[in-house]
Amino acid sequence: MRHTISVLVQNEFGVLSRISGLFSGRGFNIESLTVAETLDSKISRMTIVTSGDDKVLEQINKQLNKLINVIKVHDFTGEEHIERELALIKVNANAENRAEILSIVDIFRAKVVDVSPRYYTVEITGDREKASAMVELLRPFGIKEIVRTGSVAMARSPKQK
Amino acid sequence: MPVKKKINAEVEKMTGARMFIECLLKEGVDTIFGFPGGAVLPIYDVLFDEPLNHILVRHEQGAVHMADGYARASGRPGVVLVTSGPGATNTVTGIATAYMDSIPVVVFTGQVPTALIGNDAFQEADIVGITRPCTKHNYLVKDVEELPRIIKEAFYIATTGRPGPVLVDLPKDVLTATARFQYPEKVSIESYQPTYRGHPGQIKKAIDFILKSRRPVIYSGGGVLLSNASRELKTFAEKLGIPTTTTLMGLGGFPGTHPLFMGMLGMHGTYCANMAVTDTDCLIAVGARFDDRVTGKIDEFAPYAGIIHIDIDPTSISKNVKVDIPIVGDVKEVLKDMVRAIPMQKATSEFKAGLKEWHDQVETWANTHKLTYKFDPNGKIKPQYVIEKLYEVTGGDAIITTEVGQNQMWAAQFFKYKKPRTFLTSGGLGTMGFGFPAAIGAQVAFPKKTVIDIAGDGSIQMNIQELATAVQYKLPVKVAILNNMVLGMVRQWQELFYDKRYSHTCVSVAPDYVKLAESYGAVGLRAVKPDEVVDVIKEAMKVKDRPVFMDFKVEPFEDVYPMVPAGQPLNKMLIV
Repeated sequence: MRHTISVLVQNEFGVLSRISGLFSGRGFNIESLTVAETLDSKISRMTIVTSGDDKVLEQINKQLNKLINVIKVHDFTGEEHIERELALIKVNANAENRAEILSIVDIFRAKVVDVSPRYYTVEITGDREKASAMVELLRPFGIKEIVRTGSVAMARSPKQK
Repeated sequence: MPVKKKINAEVEKMTGARMFIECLLKEGVDTIFGFPGGAVLPIYDVLFDEPLNHILVRHEQGAVHMADGYARASGRPGVVLVTSGPGATNTVTGIATAYMDSIPVVVFTGQVPTALIGNDAFQEADIVGITRPCTKHNYLVKDVEELPRIIKEAFYIATTGRPGPVLVDLPKDVLTATARFQYPEKVSIESYQPTYRGHPGQIKKAIDFILKSRRPVIYSGGGVLLSNASRELKTFAEKLGIPTTTTLMGLGGFPGTHPLFMGMLGMHGTYCANMAVTDTDCLIAVGARFDDRVTGKIDEFAPYAGIIHIDIDPTSISKNVKVDIPIVGDVKEVLKDMVRAIPMQKATSEFKAGLKEWHDQVETWANTHKLTYKFDPNGKIKPQYVIEKLYEVTGGDAIITTEVGQNQMWAAQFFKYKKPRTFLTSGGLGTMGFGFPAAIGAQVAFPKKTVIDIAGDGSIQMNIQELATAVQYKLPVKVAILNNMVLGMVRQWQELFYDKRYSHTCVSVAPDYVKLAESYGAVGLRAVKPDEVVDVIKEAMKVKDRPVFMDFKVEPFEDVYPMVPAGQPLNKMLIV
C-alpha cells in the first residue's frame, strides 16, 4: 500500500544521504522524495512517498525515528490530508491540435507557461492522479519531456471550531 | 562579597588538537588506541607530553577491536584515533563489528584540510559517507568552535540508549585553528531522546500474562550486559522460577552455573534450550533481537508462545517475529519495575507450584542430549577438551574473547560464564580477527585479570600483527589457538551440505606459532597430545609480563553439535 510520510529533520549536511541510505540499505521503496526548509531554517521537511505492507511501514517509521537527525515522523495514511505535486509537460502543439490542448488545459485548470512554434509547456498542480490523468490525455499529441516534483502533503485542519 | 573568578583552561584560547585532548580528559577517557599519520599530527604532537595513555597498534582495524574489547569488558566507551584516508578506511570492519553488537566506541579520524575536501587530496577518503550505515551517528567537524559540542555529543550518543559506535572526522586545519575552549556541561539533542522507563500498563500486562502461563522461558541477549542488568535478570528469573536461555551475546548475563540456566539457544544452542523455546507458551525476550542464528526457521520459532519483548530500541521489536507485548525501555529499569509488579505471595506461589511439570520437562531435555564429544586420551586433542581444561585451570575466573567459527561456538558451549562482561565475541557481524585485539583491549582495561582469546588458526592470522602491540605494552594476553589447519566452520558446512567438497578451506601452510611468538618476543607453547594440554595452560598462566601463544594441535574433522541447519526450525537439530 502507498504511504505518504512527512519527516521533520535537522537541516544539516548529510541528512538527505542518511535518509536515502536508510531506504536503500534496508530495501525500502522510495516512490518520490521532496525536501525543503520549514519556517525555521534549522529544520527541513521531507515528504516521502513509499509503499509496503504494515510490517515494512512499521519498520520505516521506527528506523526513521531512530536516526539522530530526525525530529518527527508522520504517516498521513488513513487521515484527511491534502497532497499535491507539480508537473511540467512539454507537448507537441501544431496548428491543428493547439485548440484541443488548450481546452484540456482549461478543464484541468492547468496553465501554459511556455509557448514555442512547436511546443506548449503545461504546468499542472494537483494530486498524483490528476497529474497522471493529464499526462494520459496529452500523450496522444506526443509528449517531448515531462518533469514531476513528487508529492508534498499537509493534514487538513479540523472542520469544527 | 564578590567572588573572584578563577582563570583556567576553559577560557584560554587553544588549538583544536589541544582542545581534543582536553575534551577526552573531561570525558574521563584514560586510554586511546591509535595509529598516527599526516592528518592527525597536531594531536600526536600534544600526545607527546603524555596527557593520557596511548596504545600504538599495528593496524587500524586492531585499534577499533581493542577499543571495542575495552568497552565490552569495562562498560566504558572505547576511544580510537587514526589518520585520514587508509587509516580511516581500515577502521570500517571494526566499526561495523561494534555497530552490530551495539558497543560504545568513539572513533576519531583525521581528515584533509577543509579546503581540500572533495579534491581527491592525498590520503583523502569520505569516511563520514563510508561509515554512515555502520555508525550510530557520525560527524564532520567544519569549525573548531563546534569541536567541544560535537565531542560531547559523540560520547553521549555512543553510550546512551542502544549504544553504538560514533565517528568524528577531524580536518587538519580544524586541529590547528584556535578558539576559546568551553566544554558543554550538558547535552541536549531534541531529536534524540531514548526511552528508559517501560510503560507501566505494558509491564502489568506482561506480568499478568506470565502468571497465566504454564511453560514460560526467558530468552535474554546482549542488552542485559549493555544495560548492566544481570542482577535484575537473576532476581526476576528466581522470583518466578523461570528457566532461562541466553543468546551468544547474552552469555554471562545470567550465571552459567545457575540451576535455571538451560545454556545458549540457536543454531549451536543446547538441545534443552532449543526444545524449551519451541515448546514454551510464554517467551520473555530481554534485550535480544531475534537474530536468524537464534530463531532458525522464523515461521516455526516459538510457535505456541505469546511473546513479551523488552528492548530499548523500538526497531528491534516486531522486526523479525511478531511481538504480543512490547515494552520499550532500558532492560535494567524495566526488569526492576517488573519485579516490583509481581504480586505478593499467593498468586506467585501458586504460579511457581504450577511450574513443577515444566521444570521436570526441562530437566528431562537437559539430561537427554548434553553437550558432549568423544574423547580418546591416546588420540588427537579435541578442541572442546582444551576449552574444558581452560575452564578448570582458571576456575572460570577469566575474560574470554573469541574469534569466529568453530572456536567461538565451542567457547560458548564448553566454558561457563558466571559473570557479565567475561565473554567477548563478535556475534552480529561475525568478524574473524576480532578476538585477539579485543583481548588486548580487555587486558588494558583490566591489567590484573586473566584474559584468554580462544582462537582458530584461520582467525588468529587475521590480526596477528597485534602481537607486537601486546609485547610492547607487556600485556599478558593468552591466546589458545585451536590449530586444526582448516577453516573449521566452513569445512563443517562443506562436509554436511556440500558433499564433502572441501573447497579452499585447508590452511595447512601456516607459521610455526611457537617460533612466531618467540620472534615477536612473546612466549610460544605447544601441545600435541591430550595429556600435554593442562601443563601448557598452567605454564601459560604463569606468564605475567608478555603475551603467550598456546598452539594446540587439534583434531581437524571435529564438528560443532548440536546444529540446526540454516532455515530449519530449532527443534530439528543434528546431534552428535
